[in-house]
Amino acid sequence: MKRAFHIFAVVTAVLLAYALYQALVVAPTEQTMGDVQRIFYYHVPSAWTAFLLFFFNFIASIQYLTEGKPARRAVNWIVIAIGIVGAIAPFIPQVKQQLPVGMYPSSVATTALAIAGLYFLIGKLFSGQALDALAVTTAEVGVVFCTIVLVTGPIWARPVWGIWWTWDMRLTLTLVLWLIYVSYLVLRRFSDSGQTPVLAAALAVFGALDVPLVYFSIWFFRTQHPQPVIGGGGSIDPRMLHVLLINWLAFSCLAFLICWSRYRLEHLRREVEEAPLC
Amino acid sequence: MNLLWSITLATLTKDIRLEWRSKDALNSMLFFSLLVVVIFSFSFDPNAEESRQIAGGLIWVAFLFAAVVALNQTWARELRNQVLDAYRVSPAPANALFMAKALGYFLFVIILEAVMTPLFIAFYNLRALGSAWLLIPVAILGTWALVVNGTFFAAISLRTRSREIMLPLLLFPIALPAVQGMVEATRIILSGDGAARPWIVLLLTYDVVFTTASLALFETILHAE
Repeated sequence: MKRAFHIFAVVTAVLLAYALYQALVVAPTEQTMGDVQRIFYYHVPSAWTAFLLFFFNFIASIQYLTEGKPARRAVNWIVIAIGIVGAIAPFIPQVKQQLPVGMYPSSVATTALAIAGLYFLIGKLFSGQALDALAVTTAEVGVVFCTIVLVTGPIWARPVWGIWWTWDMRLTLTLVLWLIYVSYLVLRRFSDSGQTPVLAAALAVFGALDVPLVYFSIWFFRTQHPQPVIGGGGSIDPRMLHVLLINWLAFSCLAFLICWSRYRLEHLRREVEEAPLC
Repeated sequence: MNLLWSITLATLTKDIRLEWRSKDALNSMLFFSLLVVVIFSFSFDPNAEESRQIAGGLIWVAFLFAAVVALNQTWARELRNQVLDAYRVSPAPANALFMAKALGYFLFVIILEAVMTPLFIAFYNLRALGSAWLLIPVAILGTWALVVNGTFFAAISLRTRSREIMLPLLLFPIALPAVQGMVEATRIILSGDGAARPWIVLLLTYDVVFTTASLALFETILHAE
C-alpha cells in the first residue's frame, strides 16, 4: 500500500509538470485576453475537482446517516430512479428542447449514470467510520481546491472584466459552497469527537439541499461568467481543450493523492484515539 | 399522529407559559432589533426612494440577528436539570419536541415583527408602492425559513464548544437563499417594480425542503452520542 502511494506520488508529480509545460508553452495564446487566459488551466480543473470532492462528501454523509436504517433502502431507490430517469429523459424530444444550447443529451445521461454509479461504488467500498473519514477528507481537500478557484478567478477577472468580483451566478454559487464547507469544517473542529460524525453529516446534507436553492435564487440575475466549456454554450479551441483535459487529469491525480494521504492520517488518528491507554 | 400532536401541543404550551412568565426571549429580541434599527439609522441617512431600496435588507438583517440571539436560548433552557436527557430516554417522538420548539419560536419572532414593523415604517418613512398585503406571506414564509433552520442548527450547536457563536456560523451560509428571497421580495413590494412572486415561490420551496429535511434528521441529531 505504502509503495503504491509513492509510485502514485511520482506519477502525479510528472503529470503535473507535463501539464504545467502544456499550459504555459504548448497551449496557444488567447486572441483577446493574451497570456492572462492561461490561468484558466488551473481555475477550471480546480473547480471541477472541488465540486467532485464536495459531491463525494455529500454521498459519504448521506450513506453515513442512513447506514443500517430503513431510510437506506429509500435513498437507494431514489438514486436508482435518478440514474434511470436521468439516462432516459434527455432523449425525449420535449425534454431535449429544454436543455441549454450546446448541452448534449448523451452528456446529461452519462452524468446521471455516473452519479448513481458513484453512489453505489462508495457504498460498496466504505462503511461505518470509514464513510465519516471519507467525508472529512473530501471536505477538507475540497475546501482547498475551492479556495484556489476563488483566488485564481479574481486574478483573471481583474484584467479581463476590469473588476475583481461580481455577484454572478457561478461566482456566488462557488462562494456559498465554500462558506457552507468552511462552516462544516468549523463544526467538526468545535464539536466533541463522539458526536461529530452525525452532526457534520446532517450539516452536509443540509448544505447539499441548499445548493439548488442558491442556484435558483441567483437565477433571476444576469450572468457574466463565460459559459461552461464542456456541456455548455461556450466554444474553445481544440488544442486548448486538450491542454485543459491534461490539466484536469493532473489536478484530479493531485486531489486523489492528497485525499489518500489525508484519509490514512484520519484512519491512524482514530486508531490512536481508540487504543487503550497503558 | 395523535400522540405527536398532543406532545407537540404540551411542549409548546410549556414553552409559551415559560416565555409569558419570564419574557426572556421576547425582551432580548425586541431590544436587540431596536438597537440594530437605531444603529442602521445612524449609519445610513437615506431619502424616501433610497430607503425603499434598502429597507428590505435592513429589516430582515435586524430580524435575523434578533432571531439568532433568541434561538441560542431555545435548547439551552432544556439543558438545565437534564431535561433534554430525560426527553431523550422518554418514548415521546423527537419530532414533537422539534415542532414545538420551532412553532414556539415562530410565534415569538412573528410577535417581534408585528411590534417592530410599525417602528421601521416610522423611522424610515416607508410607504409600499406595490401591493402591501404580499408582505404578510413573505413575513410568514421568511420567518418560518429562519426559525425551522435556526431551531435545527441550534440543536446541533448545543453539542459544540462555544455554542453561542456556532449557531450563526452554521445558520447563515445555509440561510443565504432564504435571506435573499425575503430581502428581494420586500424590496420589490416596497418599490413596486418587478414581480415578487418568484421570490415567494422560492421561499415556499425553501420552507418545504428544509422542514422535511429537519423532521427527517432531527431524531438522529437528538440521539447522537
